[in-house]
Amino acid sequence: MATITHLTDATFDEVVKSSEKPILVDFWAEWCGPCKMIAPILEELADEQSEKFAIAKLDVDTNVATATKFSVMSIPTLLLFKEGEVVARLVGAKPKGAMLQEITDNL
Amino acid sequence: MTDHTRVLIIGSGPAGLTAAIYAGRALLNPIVIEGEPSSTTDQPGGQLMLTTDIENFPGFPESITGPELMAKMREQAKRFGADLRVSKVHKVDATSRPFRAWLTDDVEPSITADSVILATGARSMMLNVPGEDRLYSHGLSTCATCDGFFFRGQDIAVVGGGDSAIEEATFLTRFASSVTLIHRRDSLRASKIMQERAMSNEKIKFAWNSKVTEVLGEERVEGVRLEDTITGETRVLPITGIFIAIGHIPNTTLVTDLLPLDEAGYVKTSHGSYTNIDGLFAAGDVQDHEYRQAITSAGSGCVAAIDAERWLETQGFSH
Repeated sequence: MATITHLTDATFDEVVKSSEKPILVDFWAEWCGPCKMIAPILEELADEQSEKFAIAKLDVDTNVATATKFSVMSIPTLLLFKEGEVVARLVGAKPKGAMLQEITDNL
Repeated sequence: MTDHTRVLIIGSGPAGLTAAIYAGRALLNPIVIEGEPSSTTDQPGGQLMLTTDIENFPGFPESITGPELMAKMREQAKRFGADLRVSKVHKVDATSRPFRAWLTDDVEPSITADSVILATGARSMMLNVPGEDRLYSHGLSTCATCDGFFFRGQDIAVVGGGDSAIEEATFLTRFASSVTLIHRRDSLRASKIMQERAMSNEKIKFAWNSKVTEVLGEERVEGVRLEDTITGETRVLPITGIFIAIGHIPNTTLVTDLLPLDEAGYVKTSHGSYTNIDGLFAAGDVQDHEYRQAITSAGSGCVAAIDAERWLETQGFSH
C-alpha cells in the first residue's frame, strides 16, 4: 500500500527534487471543506497509481513559506512536479476521474 | 447492473439528507446520489460545506460549522439505512415508470426508481466579467473559509449584499486589514443582525451602488474596476483579494426538459413538494428562491419524503 508523505517547509525541496517518479503535492488545511472532500480520492490514487506517480501533502497552515513560494492562494491546490519542476496545477476539488485525467495528461 | 429503489434522492444538502432520514425511517431504503467533489458549492453536503459557523440552526446554541452539521446529517441518514453514493446523476428519464437515472460514466441507466426526490440545490453565481477566469485562485475566490488565510494583513473585497456576503466579510476580517463590501445597491439584503455586525466592524468598509466590471491584475489580483450604478462613473479599487458572494442559481439541468421552472429558474412545486410529474418531488433550494435557509431546506426535504411515502402508498407500492 502506497503511503502519502507529509511534507513541511523543511523537507519539501529535498523530497520533491529527489522523487524518482513525478510527485503530486496536495496543498491543504484542516479548515478547508473541499480539501477534506478530496482526501479519500487522493488516498485511492496513491494506491492505484503508485507506479505512475507519488503523492504528498503539505499543510499550508504550518508551512506558509512553501505555499507562498508556489503562489498558492486557493486550496485545495494540487501541483504536479516532474524532476522538481511544476508541470501541472489543479485548483479546487474535482471528481476523481477529472483529477486523474488532468494528472495523466501531464505525466 | 441496475439497482432498483423505492425512492431515489438526488442531492445531499440539508434537503436531500433530511429526505433520506425520513425515507429511511419509513423503511423505503432510499438511494442517495450525493454529488461529486467540487469547489463551486455543487458538491456532496451542498452549499453548507463552504460555510463557517451556522448560528441559526435550532438545536446548536453554540453554533456549528457547515461541514460538521452535514457530517452529522449524513451519519443520521446512514443510520436509518440510506444508501449514500458519491456520484452525480447526469440524466433522468421521468417519462415512463419506473424512473431511470444515469450516473457519471453510465451509458445505460444504473438506477431505476419508483419515485424521485430532486434536491440538487443551487450553486454560486460568478461575476462573468473580464479577468475573473484568469485570476480565479490567484486572488479571486468563492470560498472564504478555504482561502481567507492567504490574505493576512491585506486589503481585500467581498462582492454581494446578502447574508452570505456579510458572513464572508466578517470572517475575512480575522485575516485581512480591511474588507470592502462591494454592493450594487445602497442598502443590504442581509438580515438585521448580520447588517449590524457588518456596520459595527471597523475593518469592514462599504462601496455602495457599485458594480464590478473588471478584475485587474496579470499574475494575481491587483484591483477591481467599479462602475457607479447611478452615475455610471468608473473607478479602480486597489485590492489583492476578491471573494464572490453574489447569490446562487438553482441546479436544474437534470429537469429543464421535464419540469416547468418559475421566472427565476427554480422548479415549480405545489401542495408541498409535488411537481408536474407524478412521483417526482422537489425539495430544498432547487425549488425555493424565497427562504433558502438550512432549516427551511431540511424542512422541505422532510415534506418531500412524506409526500413520496404517501404517494407510493396510493400507487400500491408496498414497503
